[in-house]
Amino acid sequence: MSADTSIAGVAAALPIPNLDTDQIMPKQFLRGIDKAGLDRGVLYDLRFDANGAPRSDFVLNQPEYAGCRILVAEQNFGCGSSREHAVWGLVQLGIRAVIAPSFGEIFYSNAMNNGLLLIVVAQLDVDRFMNDVRNPATNRIDIDVARLQVRSRTHLAKFAMSARHRQMFLDGLDLVGASLASVEAIAAFERKHWEEQPWLQSVGAMVRARVC
Amino acid sequence: MSRTLYQKLVDSHCVQRLDEEHVLLYADLHLMNEYTSPQAFAGLRQRGLPVRRPWQNVAVVDHIIPTHPLKHRVIVDPASALQASNLARNCELHGIPLFDTNDPLQGIEHVIAPELGMIRPGMVVLCGDSHTTTYGALGALGFGIGTSEVEHVLATQTLVHRVASNMRIRVDGRLSVGCTAKDLVLHIIANIGAQGARGYVVEFVGEGIAALSVEARMTICNMAVEAGARGALIAPDDVAIEYVSARAPDMKRHLPRAIEQWRKLRSDDDARFDVELSFDACDVGPRVTWGTSPDQSVPIDERVPDPARAGSPQQREAATRALRYIGLEAGASLDGLAIDRVFIGSCTNARIEDLREVAKIVGDRKVDPRVRAMIVPGSGAVRDQAEAEGIAARLIAAGFEWRQPGCSMCLAMNDDVLRPGERCASTTNRNFEGRQGRAGRTHLMSPAMAAAAAIAGCITDVRRLESSHVR
Ligand code: SF4
Repeated sequence: MSADTSIAGVAAALPIPNLDTDQIMPKQFLRGIDKAGLDRGVLYDLRFDANGAPRSDFVLNQPEYAGCRILVAEQNFGCGSSREHAVWGLVQLGIRAVIAPSFGEIFYSNAMNNGLLLIVVAQLDVDRFMNDVRNPATNRIDIDVARLQVRSRTHLAKFAMSARHRQMFLDGLDLVGASLASVEAIAAFERKHWEEQPWLQSVGAMVRARVC
Repeated sequence: MSRTLYQKLVDSHCVQRLDEEHVLLYADLHLMNEYTSPQAFAGLRQRGLPVRRPWQNVAVVDHIIPTHPLKHRVIVDPASALQASNLARNCELHGIPLFDTNDPLQGIEHVIAPELGMIRPGMVVLCGDSHTTTYGALGALGFGIGTSEVEHVLATQTLVHRVASNMRIRVDGRLSVGCTAKDLVLHIIANIGAQGARGYVVEFVGEGIAALSVEARMTICNMAVEAGARGALIAPDDVAIEYVSARAPDMKRHLPRAIEQWRKLRSDDDARFDVELSFDACDVGPRVTWGTSPDQSVPIDERVPDPARAGSPQQREAATRALRYIGLEAGASLDGLAIDRVFIGSCTNARIEDLREVAKIVGDRKVDPRVRAMIVPGSGAVRDQAEAEGIAARLIAAGFEWRQPGCSMCLAMNDDVLRPGERCASTTNRNFEGRQGRAGRTHLMSPAMAAAAAIAGCITDVRRLESSHVR
């Protein structure tokens, strides 16, 4: 196994439901053609004021939460836009895992594709974790991926993870590589599919040529 | 075994079953834009891989593009210009069809794809953009994907898809005068919540849906994602088949055979849905969002709800936070709330039908002088059509800015941005904090309601305006 089976460290509470990817990575950071410098953009309007100065009242700017590796968030974290920049930025900022009652679905896939661990636990568990990590004295969380459990100072919860996602996280499964191994199956599918529905073959080029 | 329409589409595109939850799903069409694709092409280059099926891809410059009224567009911002030229270079390199900055048919990806006849019933369509759900209006399964997945699609023309659960939403009855598909979908989202459909592909059925035009259906499916839906579907009927047939002359030879297949694209009578919900279109009034999540809306004649009465502590906190951001108090009336800006645009509501509706409401009245009102057509074709119909001239005379197509102030990645504190009546799909500009305040509504707001200078009930208007 290439990745650690455990993630431990300082955790911060983000008690905002439906925290969307527009807020996690605002538009002005989407102008690149690479992935560089996205750590600066993470939760920008929450972390920085209108002049770009850090907001001292925001949890990630407080010294007790320096080096934060885990976020405890509310339901539907990462909803909205499909921008994977949100995940790249979190990873660049040093975030290794997010714990929440639920996640936006595209965000979930994006996180899995980048080794950002997303842990779904019940609202009651999240409440307990949040309670603990809001106090700087008890803001550490331990995640054991092998045992599928999360532990804070006063609470322990089990979580589920599909075998596939567990493997992706632990072994860094290369999806493109894996699917390319199925290239024969893809080609066979295409032959049959286009025989049945010839109007679906090369539809992009066909339309582009027609409307030229 | 009986199946839902969604299950049929998954089955007909399943290259391989990967495990209990996942299938390798074939994509008939993959749409790309300039800001979620660059890193995918870079990844491909790193691996030394070709694009498997370049002709089943289409790229569009839409998110960053300036919309100023000048005919020839120059992207001034260097980073954005680089995104556009980079996309053009990637398309050229791989032979991918492109609608570039100054292409007369350029437009928002989800507007041009159906209008140019690219979307056909029974397709699987992928795009690095969450509103790909739009294509459900034509019985095509559309999924928004991330950039890693874009790379995967480029390399393999497939997606590793986690199979979703099935939800059916029935809409009985008909919308009343002054109410539109936008109001209906806002009504549904407000009832089920921003994650009410998370994990589901939603099939919309019933008289209230059947009565809608294809464009109105697109508005519904487009915004299904704001309830968290993975996908949305409406079984193709005569209206949908007519729409596609008229726009896809290249498939004429196959049309009879295709139509025969398209008619089978429906859930079996005894198909099992995991969740069934129903609504009555008669209950829908013109709606306006009061908060910072698309599920926070009320009918115009109701007041801003009191956070204290929200269901859970989390909802209470969210509502309180939203009201603080938007600058409103519990119990406030949205009717009469002054606005600074009106934005009519986006893949939710910038099709020709939307602009016709706006023109109808505006009539010979003028935009309130305190308001800056912009119209950004969804595509070059929509813009041309509106000009040909005389709509553009009428709206310009009324005081609207008539601009070039693009995403514009739907996500404000170009220079169309709200200033801090500005309040905007918007036909877009997301009222998130900062979406239209830092500290900007967005109120989502229908094109008719936005037109009424432009004239009144405040959010107002379009039904009142309509009845007061002497034609
Ligand atoms: S119009 Fe808005 S929602 Fe639609 S694709 Fe553009 S930015 Fe996304």
